[in-house]
Amino acid sequence: MPGKYDVPYIQRTRDYYRAQGYEKDYVWAHHDEMPFTPLPKPLRECRLGLITTAMPDTVEGRAKRQVHASMSTPTPESMYTDELSWQKTVTHTRDLGSFLPLNHLRNTARAGVFESLSGRFYSVPTEYSKRNTTDKDAPRILELCREDHIDVAMLVPL
Amino acid sequence: MSLVSRHLEENGIPTVIIGSALDVVEHCGVARYLHTDFPLGNPCGAPGDILSQIGIVRRGLKLLEEAEGPETTWRTSLGWRGGDEWRDEYARVDDSNREELRLRGEKRRQQQVAAKASGETRAPMISEV
Repeated sequence: MPGKYDVPYIQRTRDYYRAQGYEKDYVWAHHDEMPFTPLPKPLRECRLGLITTAMPDTVEGRAKRQVHASMSTPTPESMYTDELSWQKTVTHTRDLGSFLPLNHLRNTARAGVFESLSGRFYSVPTEYSKRNTTDKDAPRILELCREDHIDVAMLVPL
Repeated sequence: MSLVSRHLEENGIPTVIIGSALDVVEHCGVARYLHTDFPLGNPCGAPGDILSQIGIVRRGLKLLEEAEGPETTWRTSLGWRGGDEWRDEYARVDDSNREELRLRGEKRRQQQVAAKASGETRAPMISEV
């Protein structure tokens, strides 16, 4: 019986690519400097934005690997997650509360923990190319957060 | 996602990541990370377990509020109900699937060449794990 240990995803992914005949190992992003922004005001006064790696379950969301902004209300019935590397043999993504907690956040805001949930949530594609993320997607997410006057962000990668 | 988090932090928006790939997030380096020790796919709690989901969201918000500096990692106390076999199973490579993976890689490379020829500039990580 296997015990509890933190799964070494970097090594596993490297071995999995090698087994598929890729000769060059994927290089994971690494930084020595860590940016940190303290809360600008008490959390109960903050507007929160939610960011996911799941794509909208729409024709466009399924077809276009890019940043999408979707309405937070009503909570979508499903999200498109097929292209993501979650563990499909042991779990599923049919319960949005398990990876896109819009309902729970809305209720938590109502309870006064933070001021409000942004009217839109954002999808950002996982990318083999780090440059696509740093040069295109991350700046676009920042723009959307500013348009929606977001004070703090919760990011939930699958 | 860690890179997006860093970009927001650099531009004055505090962030918290809730995820299940501890080594990937910590290797990149982020401000605040809440680790859920589950199979990839359900960082906010097991499907159907609403109480745990609410608990994880609340803990993520608490971390957002209480972290005093970068690289603050907290862990949820939850364990996956189905046991621990999933840890060994993720992206397993052994004699039972080695040939299948080799063939899958060949097919994928052909698709990548075709996608590149059609002007596609984006590609996901391998997802069939």
